[in-house]
Amino acid sequence: MLSKKQARAFFLGGTLVTFLIFIGLTVYSLSEEVDQTNHENITDSVVRGKEIWESNNCMGCHTLLGEGGYYAPELTKVIDRLNLKYNGNGETVIKSILMQEIPWQPNGRQMVAYGMSEAEAIDVVAFFKWIGEIDLNGFGEVVGVDRKISPLAKDKINN
Amino acid sequence: MKYKSQKVAYWFFALSMLLFGLQIIYGFIMGFAHAGYDGLHAFIPFNTAKAVHLNLLVVWLLSGFMGAAYYIIPEEAQRELVSVKLAYVQLISLALVGVAAIIGFHFNIWEGRKFLEIPRGLDYLVVVNVLLFLGLILTTLFKAKRRTTTSLVLSMGLLFAALLYLPGMLPFDSQVTDSFFRWWVVHLWVEGVWELIMGGILSFLLIKLTGVDREVIEKWLYVIVGLTFLSGVLGTGHHYYYIGVNKIWLIVGGIFSALEPLAFLAMALFAVNMYRKGEKKHPNKLALYWTLGAAIVSFVGAGLLGFAHTLPQTNLYTHGTLVTAMHGHLAFWGAYAMIVLAIISYSLPNMTGRKLYDSSIGRMAFWFSNIGMIGMTVAFGVAGVVQVYLERKMGMDFMVVQKETEIHFIVLIVCATLFTTGVILYMIDFYKHGTPNDEALEAK
Repeated sequence: MLSKKQARAFFLGGTLVTFLIFIGLTVYSLSEEVDQTNHENITDSVVRGKEIWESNNCMGCHTLLGEGGYYAPELTKVIDRLNLKYNGNGETVIKSILMQEIPWQPNGRQMVAYGMSEAEAIDVVAFFKWIGEIDLNGFGEVVGVDRKISPLAKDKINN
Repeated sequence: MKYKSQKVAYWFFALSMLLFGLQIIYGFIMGFAHAGYDGLHAFIPFNTAKAVHLNLLVVWLLSGFMGAAYYIIPEEAQRELVSVKLAYVQLISLALVGVAAIIGFHFNIWEGRKFLEIPRGLDYLVVVNVLLFLGLILTTLFKAKRRTTTSLVLSMGLLFAALLYLPGMLPFDSQVTDSFFRWWVVHLWVEGVWELIMGGILSFLLIKLTGVDREVIEKWLYVIVGLTFLSGVLGTGHHYYYIGVNKIWLIVGGIFSALEPLAFLAMALFAVNMYRKGEKKHPNKLALYWTLGAAIVSFVGAGLLGFAHTLPQTNLYTHGTLVTAMHGHLAFWGAYAMIVLAIISYSLPNMTGRKLYDSSIGRMAFWFSNIGMIGMTVAFGVAGVVQVYLERKMGMDFMVVQKETEIHFIVLIVCATLFTTGVILYMIDFYKHGTPNDEALEAK
């Protein structure tokens, strides 16, 4: 029968080993060779866009990379989707929503009216553009413009 | 109660109750907004309500864990806390930091990173506060003649929780890296070190309530926390499937998060078996309800419902939908809220001297809140599945789908009302116990 000492060794040993593997995988997956984010495309404008995203807690309603509030639309690939809906004017639509002084209200659900300057709105769009180009292991297709066909079923249909 | 300084726990629990009540109010604001009634939007927009709801959860649970530690550590260490005055300073500063953060959220002052919305300036105060707390607990343990496994596991959980707050304060230009390390805090807290805290509290309660030999209980405690870390640390990978990092996480996260329910299953089996082995003589039946309830509901909420959407093939569609809210609610309720309510139910009669064991209010509180929360979970689940199929599979517009799910939020609000009734009854029971006093001290 398992003794208390063995149980403690299992806890300490297991924790140490998995944590070391976790650190190793972290270093590996954040290394340049396996970068999927086009890190070199993070311009000052993208960084400013991220700051605006955070300082207004946009994530409190929207989701981005599938993370956030589930109350407002996913914004990964938002430019592509709005381009399709508004004849290629996706960026203009986003900028006008961000610069509006009265709440944008699609289907009755209100967004905070941020009344941003044009420069700020451009930075947010740059941030969304960079996000939209990240390789998301298939999630990009699920929330992108061709989302009617699932990435898993697509291969089966083509074959 | 065996030591005078244990009384300080009461005030941490009282703060927990207050913040828990407030958290529920903001939950209702969000539920109504989802159902199409966002009349408070001009004053409390959804992102404010969300930040308040999440952060109040974290603060009231932390306050509950701290109260638990102030109650458990003296008894386990068999000595008074090193300083009661400083413990009160810590309590007041915790409350002030929490309230300042919550007020700030109403004025667009935050960091906008889910669960870590507290602005940077206040982050430093949180660190100071937690250091003071750890200082008091660890010094008490250090000076003690007896250091039990229960007290060590509990303290280790609290220490790691403090250390893991730090990666969340690192600044990154890339949203992907930022998110990556945000999960070091959030995931490794709730599916890692908080489980140590839960395990420590559970072990203390089982020792006291069942009368089973400490050595047996503590041996299994090691096995359970071992399983937790074995699966939970690499299980962090399930947050990395689709955020822009290497595919290796699909395999690693998939395998290890599929193992995560095992730790919770072990915890549930452990609690139930210890109860069956025990003498069943302890009069505090309510504490036993909450203790066994926490172990079982956490297995369902955190273990099974987590597993329901943790495989990469499923998560591809459920990632970023209300399915996450379904799992989140029952998991936090079962694993952490219920264990805090369990230690309160156990310690309250001991601190106040009013032995209101097994009151009908207390039993109704347990059943109403649990049935209400299960109903809420189902409502979230149905809304989430509808969202997955209509939006993700059929390609319908987000807002069109949201309109379709409004009815499920009416159901959610009805169930939340039952849940809230249970919580209010719990609070009435809490209030009826009165305040702690030295007359409740047991003769040594």
